[in-house]
Amino acid sequence: MHIPDGFLDTKTWLSLSIVSGVALAYAVKKVGKKIGEKHVPLIGVMSAFIFAAQMLNFPVAAGTSGHFMGGALASILLGPFAGLLVMSTVLIVQCLIFQDGGLTALGANIFNMGIIGSFFSYYLYSMIKKLAGSKIFIIGVFIVSWLSIVLSASFCAVELAISATVPLKVALPAMAGIHSLIGIGEGIITCLVLGFISKIRPDLIDIEKI
Amino acid sequence: MKKITIIMFLISLSIAVFLSPFASQLPDGLEKVAEDKGFIEKAEGKEVFQAPLPDYTVSFIKNESISTSFAGLIGTVLVFLISYFGAVVLKKWNTRS
Repeated sequence: MHIPDGFLDTKTWLSLSIVSGVALAYAVKKVGKKIGEKHVPLIGVMSAFIFAAQMLNFPVAAGTSGHFMGGALASILLGPFAGLLVMSTVLIVQCLIFQDGGLTALGANIFNMGIIGSFFSYYLYSMIKKLAGSKIFIIGVFIVSWLSIVLSASFCAVELAISATVPLKVALPAMAGIHSLIGIGEGIITCLVLGFISKIRPDLIDIEKI
Repeated sequence: MKKITIIMFLISLSIAVFLSPFASQLPDGLEKVAEDKGFIEKAEGKEVFQAPLPDYTVSFIKNESISTSFAGLIGTVLVFLISYFGAVVLKKWNTRS
């Protein structure tokens, strides 16, 4: 759901660029204060993995494909601020090097997939963990990942509507509908990766969240 | 720490290099909605700049699959380096203060 140039009007992309810019600067400060020895390589490989996995579009419904996003994965493992930095790195490289997502829409894409993707996922997952304990680790991860995609896509629809590109009553059901299918893929991949990490390095699942 | 970093980096590289040529070419969720609801043309020719490897292709490689693989390789390594060394810098900043 990388928004290209041309879909958002100036007031929308400019406001979202400012919001994302401020959030990013704050995240750099936050991560800079709490980052430890173990976080450094994990932040590196998480970004690399999310970039690579985002290249793999899988077919979801008649004539449509979707791909992994990674906001839930990065933030459940590393915390919301580190998750936002990981997502932003991926989105900035995709935009500047691969023309995936417009330059004017970069702030909006960081907002939808980075800020919403990381913060919503992290806090919802923390809440589920508090209520149910870590017994339902995998189910919790699946639900959070699925919802993160549907929510990011819904924010995207709202931005398109605010920009008068398409009415909300048309964009919202279409975007949320198709992304509720793509979200199943998101849930499976996030569960597989976190399951894999918890198998070979269970201590990393409990790494301090930033 | 080293082991899992290397394993995960190699998995990422393998995905980007070996699996990316097999990715679905169908429009993604947003593109499909834009086509169906008739606003896809709003993005046509609106790019504000020209990225060096547009749509994950390397212009001097004619074979489509190899071009995508090579773009995936460049991207994965680049994202890793930026993220890793960015984190190293933040870590240094942390230990100093």
